[in-house]
Amino acid sequence: MMRQIAVYGKGGIGKSTTSQNVVACLSEAGYKCMIVGCDPKADATRLILHKKAQVTVMDLARERGSVEDLEIEEVLLTGYRGIRCAESGGPEPGVGCAGRGVITAINFLEENGAYEADTDFVFYDVLGDVVCGGFAMPIREGKAKEIYIVTSGEMMAMYAANNISRGILKYAQSGGVRLGGLICNSRKTDKEYELIAELAKRLNTHMIHFIPRDNEVQRAELRRKTVVEYSPEHPQADEYRTLAKKIAENKNFVIPTPMSMDELEDLLMDFGILEAEPED
Amino acid sequence: MSSAIKETQKIIDEVLEAYPEKTRKDRAKHLAPNDPTGECSTCKVTSNVKSRPGVMTVRGCAYAGAKGVVWGPVKDQITVSHGPVGCGQYSWWARRNYYNGQTGINTFGTMHITTDFQEKDIVYGGDKGLEAALLELKELFPLARGIGILSECPVGLIGDDIEAVAKNTEKDFGYPIVPVRCEGFRGVSQSLGHHIANDSIRDFVLGKGELKESTPYDVSLIGDYNIGGDAWASRKMLEEMGLRVIAQWTGDASVNELGIAHKSRLNLIHCYRSMNYICRHMEEKYGVPWTEFNFFGPTKIYQSIRKIASYFDDRIKENAEKLIEKYKPVMDAVIERYKPTLEDKKVMLYVGGLRPRHTIGAYEDLGMEVVAAGYEFGHDDDYKRTYPELKEGAVIMDDATLYEMEEFARRLRPDMVGSGIKEKYSYHKMGIPFRQMHSWDYSGPYHGFDGFPVFARDMDMTVNSPTWSLIRRKR
Repeated sequence: MMRQIAVYGKGGIGKSTTSQNVVACLSEAGYKCMIVGCDPKADATRLILHKKAQVTVMDLARERGSVEDLEIEEVLLTGYRGIRCAESGGPEPGVGCAGRGVITAINFLEENGAYEADTDFVFYDVLGDVVCGGFAMPIREGKAKEIYIVTSGEMMAMYAANNISRGILKYAQSGGVRLGGLICNSRKTDKEYELIAELAKRLNTHMIHFIPRDNEVQRAELRRKTVVEYSPEHPQADEYRTLAKKIAENKNFVIPTPMSMDELEDLLMDFGILEAEPED
Repeated sequence: MSSAIKETQKIIDEVLEAYPEKTRKDRAKHLAPNDPTGECSTCKVTSNVKSRPGVMTVRGCAYAGAKGVVWGPVKDQITVSHGPVGCGQYSWWARRNYYNGQTGINTFGTMHITTDFQEKDIVYGGDKGLEAALLELKELFPLARGIGILSECPVGLIGDDIEAVAKNTEKDFGYPIVPVRCEGFRGVSQSLGHHIANDSIRDFVLGKGELKESTPYDVSLIGDYNIGGDAWASRKMLEEMGLRVIAQWTGDASVNELGIAHKSRLNLIHCYRSMNYICRHMEEKYGVPWTEFNFFGPTKIYQSIRKIASYFDDRIKENAEKLIEKYKPVMDAVIERYKPTLEDKKVMLYVGGLRPRHTIGAYEDLGMEVVAAGYEFGHDDDYKRTYPELKEGAVIMDDATLYEMEEFARRLRPDMVGSGIKEKYSYHKMGIPFRQMHSWDYSGPYHGFDGFPVFARDMDMTVNSPTWSLIRRKR
């Protein structure tokens, strides 16, 4: 059965890197995978395709006039181990409506048979936050039922994780979407493991994996490759293999319980990240 | 409380009965029996608030107010409907604002120009397309004297910077490019669109026109959109009084006229609802006084002519009397001809923001009685001007629903209903004579001495058409 997975998280936290590495590992394990980038930056597939940026659905639609003028083969490319890749594309920051671009692109992919029946995993790599309806498109009815949030021990990343949980809550109640867990992409902050494990607990989920920080990721990225492809023997590749395995075997799907701002700050204070304000 | 008021309140309560409680409570505030004295505290209606969801309102949107009403009639300006094609297509010359000129050469009133948004324009923004459209328009229509960018809803949602496009492009054009932020979702009706359009005239055009010389008799005709030639009929009278009409806003108006009205000695405002804003501005900034007038039907015309003349010297006052003297026999003849067949006929009116009160006098001149009147988008000040014009116990309705209008018609049994195209056919089906009072049902003018004979003829034609006797009227 096809599993559709959406990856959210604060901008710059490593969603694209993490999802491409995980998808590469899933392919290595024999699963048939597809990645759909839902971010106008269009950097969700470069490690799989070994390209700077692939042709996106919206960019080509703009060039041709309308999305109906496209052929699916032009925007659905195949990369490392047969992973199929598409990017929604969209405007540069500050203009137009990137959210609408995501909606249009996903509709196009659906209508043109991109979701082949024998696909095991579809990964949606979504822009920073669920800022509007367009960026919730991947988790709306009939699409991704599982969500993973990439976070770290940094305060703003945790804020974002909590916020995203709120968005998921809305769609969990109206549709069938569930939170599959937090992925901690380590920034080597204080008590990071414990903190994210606790945050996950409070959000009614689990920390599915803790990815240690390693420069090998950077080295692989510079060569437009995932770690598994660039240095399959490296311990960091095993970390991604473990995460991929955990996701493939995950049974822990929940409706998140987002915290209030006060609760979140209390949590940070408990861990000594935030200092209590002196009382007057 | 008089018995007439009580009786009408009873009718209103009956009509409201069909509604669920919350709706009933809400709609009750918008319906009232008329009290011309203003003593009855419960006889005032609430207005200019959001329409109740679930009922059929007749209202339009801010774009309709800005594009369809205020900016659309400006003849040598190209009005661009910026956004998807529908808004421009369905508002395409719907108001019959007549103008002189060669369409497509030096005037553009009946043309439909849109940036025709596609999916890609929503995603990538429409600014580049807009700029390209402006440049094309400049090439295509070298005699244009202005371009208006009228925003449709999506433009406001995706945050396109039409102001920047207008400003950057204008430099090479030599005429104003006016961005108008009249996205349809703004406000509760088309009324906000009028206000937004007034503000854009103020900010981009007013004060920038050229007038070679001024005279002590310069006036501007504001808020007359020349529907079926109305403004021409009004202008003719003012000129016969010895006044010089330097600007007509915005029926048959040029962009230059929009730029010089502040040089008037007096601003004459016909449609108060849609253009009082700019009159108040010209009063505050340039010290130009303004006055309302009513050129529907002889009684109001005579009053208005004298009122306008009172702002000027004796020569104008004498001219005004001469004018009345000249046309009184013509008016009397019209009344003599049509009153016998129209006398005691009852009229129900539901129009935009002015005519339900302005046409009362014309109907009364013909012996007819307005038994119900209401506005789509009137404000409190419109209703205040309406109460004294109507008889005690007439129904006042604000933002009426189609259900209410039909029910009032069943109960008040008017001999004629005057409203818009959307209402027309339900009344035809009910067997009630109907006249479109937005567009004059493809007739006109109705203003001034030229207009009244047409008005009287049309009402007679409507009410007394033998057609109605062939339709079985529902009891």
